Amino acid sequence: MSTSSRYERSAATRESKWVKYTILGVGLGYFGLFILMPLIAVFFEALRRGWAPYFAAIIEPDALSAIRLTLTVALVSVPLNLLFGIAAAWLIAKFEFRGKQLLLTFIDLPFSVSPVIVGLMYVLLFGANGWFGAWLTQHDLHIIFALPGILLATIFVTFPFVARELIPLMQAQGREEEEAAVVLGANGWQVFWHVTLPNIRWALLYGVILSNARAMGEFGAVSVVSGKIRGATNTLPLQVEILYNEYNFAAAFAVASLLALLALVTLVIKTWVEHRAQRNRPAGQGMERPTPAPAATLISKQEQAA
Amino acid sequence: MSIVVRNINKRFGDFVALDDVSLDFPEGELVALLGPSGCGKTTLLRIIAGLEQADGGTVLLEGRDATHSHVRERQVGFVFQHYALFKHMSVFDNVAFGLRMKPRGERPTEKRIQEKVHELLSLVQLDWLADRFPSQLSGGQRQRIALARALAVEPQVLLLDEPFGALDAKVRKELRRWLRKLHEELHVTSIFVTHDQEEALEVADRVVLMNHGKVEQQGAPEQVYNHPASPFVYGFLGSVNLFHGRVEEGGVQVGSARLSDEAADFDEGVDVVAYARPHELSIVTDADARDGIAARITRVLFLGGNGRVELEGVEQGQHFEVELPSSAVQKLGLIQGQQVRLVPSRLRLFEKNKAPQDAPRSRGTA
Repeated sequence: MSTSSRYERSAATRESKWVKYTILGVGLGYFGLFILMPLIAVFFEALRRGWAPYFAAIIEPDALSAIRLTLTVALVSVPLNLLFGIAAAWLIAKFEFRGKQLLLTFIDLPFSVSPVIVGLMYVLLFGANGWFGAWLTQHDLHIIFALPGILLATIFVTFPFVARELIPLMQAQGREEEEAAVVLGANGWQVFWHVTLPNIRWALLYGVILSNARAMGEFGAVSVVSGKIRGATNTLPLQVEILYNEYNFAAAFAVASLLALLALVTLVIKTWVEHRAQRNRPAGQGMERPTPAPAATLISKQEQAA
Repeated sequence: MSIVVRNINKRFGDFVALDDVSLDFPEGELVALLGPSGCGKTTLLRIIAGLEQADGGTVLLEGRDATHSHVRERQVGFVFQHYALFKHMSVFDNVAFGLRMKPRGERPTEKRIQEKVHELLSLVQLDWLADRFPSQLSGGQRQRIALARALAVEPQVLLLDEPFGALDAKVRKELRRWLRKLHEELHVTSIFVTHDQEEALEVADRVVLMNHGKVEQQGAPEQVYNHPASPFVYGFLGSVNLFHGRVEEGGVQVGSARLSDEAADFDEGVDVVAYARPHELSIVTDADARDGIAARITRVLFLGGNGRVELEGVEQGQHFEVELPSSAVQKLGLIQGQQVRLVPSRLRLFEKNKAPQDAPRSRGTA
């Protein structure tokens, strides 16, 4: 039984009907005005002139190139940050070392630095007049205004998501299960694969989803380093901006609707993952087997006790 | 497999967890490491398992130096206080884990694993739970599964860290008896850590008492209980009555009362503390008696077959407890407020001003 239904059932904590519906009205109204309406507007504007121009705008070469680039960026940055996130969380949760607090702070850095500054940092490092600019030009290497720059900026911005999801979970879980596995003869890889990973899989997936959403939607940092070369270094968000600045509203909204769709799909997956994680946390079991009925009553009793 | 630890030292920052500990655990014995929390007993167990590294000293398993060998090579089974079952695996998979993790060459066939797991589950009498998940089990069941899991890899040594610490009193008692029985069947050298003296005395062949990172005393349960080597051991192994006194003319003088004539081992004039267990004091109701120490009854309790009498010293207001059969309480007609005299049938003396952890060169009288 959830806390809220328990609240409502008890006369002591139950609020009167009008309070409930006023709060509900305020919440829904706010959501409708500031979130739902703009979202609908995107699709409305995108389809204002019908389906044919919509699809034409999407399969236009520059738009396709932007889609390709955005997917490439996500495909590279998400796995990299996944690996880094697991490594960092593992390190922080399972080991004691000097500078742990410092590392934790650094992991949060991308959250606190404005994305535009991030882009600027990379320009200052790798741009034509930057620290390594001359050397890069000599060797004919392109970072700024090219794919590597966009990747670097995206990785920087999406860097904390996986680690931040895993660290508190792994810290809470402690090392006992891993110790038990080692005593039973498992080697490092086996411990990770059979014990650690199954215990963090939902948080991991959640982190990946968030990281992916940010990687595809990042604008500020990428806009500084990309140079906005049509058909070459434009990601989807940049493409939207360019089209919009050219008063090509229908095309701008069509591309924007793709991003919005991506966001919605992400949201659905995220909700599903949260739901699974929720179901798995109290029962503490995998998706392979359903919970038999007697256990369910046992669990709800435990929850009540807690 | 026998276990020997020699001169083990371990610090955590400034805290000394183990201070030059040396112990022998002979093959097939069930030994309890007993002590208050923070005494180093769990650390010692983890060092023997290889989960923790000692700062100094050696661990010998079956006579071989295992100080630097990895946990995996030590062939130990470890049972954790909070079970540490793999939450995402069924009971069956938990027990099978150790077998499945073996290198390909040593790994039994899946059929053999099946048989083995069911054997073990029958041994812990939980075969019917094979398909359940840990969260669906009670605490006692979880700990039995944890034990089955530890036994699956056929460890040469079984180490149990407060195995019953998280269970309620009734289940604890049941599991205690069950563990003893299991040990008699398997005869694996076992060490278990506990802070519960009753548990240690009931289950173990031998009890090792630890305090502040040192071994205070070791011996058979009967021996450590009846012949405590230090005030700490005396106090830790059950309730105790204390008499603060002085050695005068070869006896113990407490206030104006003479408690014992057998303090010849101590120097004249030395301050001593005399210890007596509640059942080692007898109550004398005779108003003319001159023996023992005067006390007033503050409470009389009947706890089943035994009665407990709580008293207050007349001279110094000390608190005393006496245990005797309920029938004796009735026979003596003890009532609250009555003044009586307490006569120790057995008394043990320790010199005063010796910190208990210093393991005094105690000389006792019985």
